[in-house]
Amino acid sequence: MLDHLAFETPKPTVIAGAREDWELVIGMEVHAQVSSKAKLFSGASTQFGAEPNANVAFVDAAMPGMLPVINEFCVEQAVRTGLGLKAEINLFSAFDRKNYFYPDLPQGYQISQLYHPIVGEGEIIVDMGPGIARRVRIERIHLEQDAGKSIHDMDPSMSFVDLNRTGVALMEIVSRPDIRGPEEAAAYVTKLRQILRYLGTCDGNMQNGNLRADVNVSVCRPGQYEKYMETQDFSHLGTRCEIKNMNSMRFIQAAIDYEARRQIAIVEDGGEVVQETRLYDPDKNETRSMRSKEEAHDYRYFPCPDLLPLEIEQAWVDGIKATLPELPDEKKARFVKDFGLSEYDAGVLTADTTNASFFEEVVGSTIGKLDELPLSPVYATTSDKPVGDFESIQSRDLGKLSANWVINELFGRLKKDDRDIADSPISPARLGQIVALIKKGDISGKIGKDVFEIAYTQDRDPEEIVETEGMKQVTDTGAIETAVDEVIAANPEQVEKAKQNPKLAGWFVGQVMKATGGKANPKAVNEIVAAKLGL
Amino acid sequence: MSIDKDTARKVAHLARIRVEDDALPALADEFNTILGFIEELNEVNVDGIEPMTSVTPQRLKRREDVVTEGDQADKILRNAPDAREGFFAVPKVVE
Repeated sequence: MLDHLAFETPKPTVIAGAREDWELVIGMEVHAQVSSKAKLFSGASTQFGAEPNANVAFVDAAMPGMLPVINEFCVEQAVRTGLGLKAEINLFSAFDRKNYFYPDLPQGYQISQLYHPIVGEGEIIVDMGPGIARRVRIERIHLEQDAGKSIHDMDPSMSFVDLNRTGVALMEIVSRPDIRGPEEAAAYVTKLRQILRYLGTCDGNMQNGNLRADVNVSVCRPGQYEKYMETQDFSHLGTRCEIKNMNSMRFIQAAIDYEARRQIAIVEDGGEVVQETRLYDPDKNETRSMRSKEEAHDYRYFPCPDLLPLEIEQAWVDGIKATLPELPDEKKARFVKDFGLSEYDAGVLTADTTNASFFEEVVGSTIGKLDELPLSPVYATTSDKPVGDFESIQSRDLGKLSANWVINELFGRLKKDDRDIADSPISPARLGQIVALIKKGDISGKIGKDVFEIAYTQDRDPEEIVETEGMKQVTDTGAIETAVDEVIAANPEQVEKAKQNPKLAGWFVGQVMKATGGKANPKAVNEIVAAKLGL
Repeated sequence: MSIDKDTARKVAHLARIRVEDDALPALADEFNTILGFIEELNEVNVDGIEPMTSVTPQRLKRREDVVTEGDQADKILRNAPDAREGFFAVPKVVE
């Protein structure tokens, strides 16, 4: 099994300041909501969109005497995520209190894991295009509670607080500052989201705030980052600012670009960047200081006295590891290797597990249909056994054809209807029938598109369509020869011209295709036309 | 480490406890007494001793991922100084 395809490292984004060039250095803290039914320390529901304060247990509301009890499923999801990011799992971790006051935090502290996180160092390979990717190091993942939601626009003088989200389990996934540009930052979130969705540990819904990112941005002169990487000494890098709570890929990129330019202007002016928390305003496209957060930064962490350390067993971790699915990098590498797809196509098909399994079902069903297809002489040998793995050669060929049909025809058609692949009107088995019909030479690719449209809109079986509508391709050379003869006989002046200019043979092919209603095998027609015209 | 009046004021503010200025020196003294006691504890050699997290050997209790509580907004809001339309209502806080 191939872990991932080979790749080269991309160049960092360079921004030209008024005086010199600057490079970007970005680190991310992504908060991913664990896809659990109940909260991290209570039995209240995590369901989105409930009536205000309907999903609140007494412990979430910090009622006196109530104690937190950890949801084991949430622990399992954090471990699973760690394993998916090839990270080290800490069998001993512990919870700490992060103290601050805010109306949507009734406890007056957030239970988090500062000193002993459950997951240690891992990595994410961030794809930037075929053959180009950045290896981003993960520093840690810890479990913590989400805060509630304050609504400021329902009343002129009051803020309204809903505690439904209070205490929902979050995984905070912290990267090292290895991201080198706005596009890489968005690609990082995309890849992380893809992995989380493959693992099923977070649904990745950014609109609902189930995946949000804090982005740390700094700028440095070319060459400085390499010194940092060599020594891991942050003094080679510039002072960073943290942009809080981003939940859109587009805004993440815009905010980083704005923030980098702001810092460059300060430094080139002889000033110093102040380390602070900033907020991105999409309406004005700018970041601004959250001054009120500054003093509150004194969080006075200490071990949570309500919770014993979280100790897990290696056997339990191994059990989780055994249930990990094939991950995006592995799946993409397999699609390239086994089906002969381009990295680009493999990337499109593995973006989501639904796409990937749809595609695999299409290929799978075609292989079944083609059992009776004779061995192509290219692969057959005089000995009993074909050279190499015949089945893989066959699936390779079918893989490419199936990928074309899924990506170009099906995705295009679904997009036109604004539909999701999960409710595709044409099943993988039926799309597989079309691919098999083309592969067997029963229909041409062009007729295949007509069959596809009928199957898609009328919910019919492609094999039945071809049969009922008489769309089967004419491969009988006798019938094609007759059609070619007729066209030649009816157009003597074109024949003369074609003899002068062989390119005109195409016109004859077109006429024959027209005469046969598109059902003639184009390759056979080409050959016969060329032969008859003596070209 | 010694706690002065300003540090005492800051700690009080972070804890959202109002302390009048003339009460700060006494508070700082109390802090210093506590820290002095902790410094004494710091002198004990604990090399190679595992931190004790519980008096009796216990494993952190776990719960299953099952919804067992909720739909009690009335009880949750009962002690709120102000509640409207199912929400807690607090003086406006805007970032």
